[in-house]
Amino acid sequence: MSAEAVMTPAGAGLKLRVQHLGMVYERDGEAVSALEDINLEVSEGEFVCIVGPSGCGKSTLLNVLAGFLSSTSGSVTIDGEAVSGPDPRRILVFQERGVFPWLTVEGNIGFGLSKLPRAQREERIAHYVQTVRLQGFENAYPSDLSGGMKQRLQVARALAVNPDILYLDEPFGALDSITRVIMRGELLRIWQTERRTILFVTHDIDEAVQMADRVVVLSSRPARIKDILTIDIPHPRNISSPRYLELRDELLKQIGLAYEI
Amino acid sequence: MKLPVWLRPVLFIAALLAVWQIAIDRQPGQLLPGPIGVAHGIFDLAQHGLLLKYIVASLFRVTWGFGLAALLAIPLGLTLGWYRRGEMAFYPLIEVFRPISPLAWIPVAILWFGVGDLAAIFLIFVACFFPLLLTAMSAVHNIPAVYFNAGRNFGLSSGAFVSRVLYPAVVPQLLTGLRLTLGIAWLVVVAAEMISVNSGLGFLIVDARNAGNRYDLVVAGMVIIGAIGLLLDLAMRSLERVRSFHWSSSED
Repeated sequence: MSAEAVMTPAGAGLKLRVQHLGMVYERDGEAVSALEDINLEVSEGEFVCIVGPSGCGKSTLLNVLAGFLSSTSGSVTIDGEAVSGPDPRRILVFQERGVFPWLTVEGNIGFGLSKLPRAQREERIAHYVQTVRLQGFENAYPSDLSGGMKQRLQVARALAVNPDILYLDEPFGALDSITRVIMRGELLRIWQTERRTILFVTHDIDEAVQMADRVVVLSSRPARIKDILTIDIPHPRNISSPRYLELRDELLKQIGLAYEI
Repeated sequence: MKLPVWLRPVLFIAALLAVWQIAIDRQPGQLLPGPIGVAHGIFDLAQHGLLLKYIVASLFRVTWGFGLAALLAIPLGLTLGWYRRGEMAFYPLIEVFRPISPLAWIPVAILWFGVGDLAAIFLIFVACFFPLLLTAMSAVHNIPAVYFNAGRNFGLSSGAFVSRVLYPAVVPQLLTGLRLTLGIAWLVVVAAEMISVNSGLGFLIVDARNAGNRYDLVVAGMVIIGAIGLLLDLAMRSLERVRSFHWSSSED
């Protein structure tokens, strides 16, 4: 057994396997292909970003992986078990309005914990309030929170049920650029302490290069995997290092954007 | 000058009453009693023990008609809103019945229930049923899909889904619908009582005119109806302001 294999996250066990995944849906009587022959393997604890031009089917792919949509061909297996529907063991974090506005911060975090005994539930809630740094807002309603705080709350609600996979669907897409950068740091910090497998859909190249272990590049509709890039820069990443810029340019090229605007 | 918020409408109403009284004093005639005359009329009613009796009688009919409509229309509307196929089947029927004025039901109400409380309650029920049904249906339609998906993701059973996602998500819209519909119920109670009963504020108005042109009592009836309508609206509004019900207007 080589030492290298143990060092990299990719050396951990296989978590998710996507094989020949295709998705065709009908619109106005015509068959429209959204996903074509997607093949992907994700290891336990890995942080994978999925990028692609807007409208290419990134979100569709994530919704299929999370079990909200069913594919028309191919298979998705997690720990060798086929995905047949949404499951609390993997939680999808939405871009907007994902938290329940009728529940407080505590109520939202505890949403998936109703089966736990009270003491344990409260302990778990308190822990994740800390994790996403919402101390002092335990009894606030989402309408009193900023956009970034709402997204942190959504992440906390997801983590609280102890999922092994977190799917994030452009979770910072609706935030201003400063908050977005802060949120990336927060998510990386949480990922490094909690060590969940993360699949993160974004159309923001910088976001992908700053956070991911690997970046999956999708083509425009129908989405196929164009390339998978390994981001071999250790965290914390220097975003003006030559390697960073090189990978960023590579990604821009893959997506088909010239890097002189 | 800074006046407390509640004082402004009070002062405005007082000014209007004064203008009304002055106008009547300067041009006495049969057009309308003045506010003092109306106040006498209300006092008269109270002295004969009719004021409270009529208010209670009207509120009784509204409570039953409105309550029964809410009890039937809201669950039915939520169910139809949820099962789109059911809605498609019911929709033409609803749209046929909805524009029929409750007044058109008066002969039918008398035929079915005779002259009395039941006919009046039925009219109020009919008037409230369709607005509440449509409110409940659209409340379900307007729930963002994200809430459904989040609920499904956390593995809720269908019972838990209804009580923990569907119900809280529709409550704000239902409350607004209930408040507007209660206004309709109160509007219809007068018409209902004009035809088929011998008590209540609507009956008071018709009876005061028929039995000796007591226009002070007619206007007294109108004033009381208006005042109670206002109180009902305020009560419903305060219910909408309850924090855990009130999320919708504050959320984007």
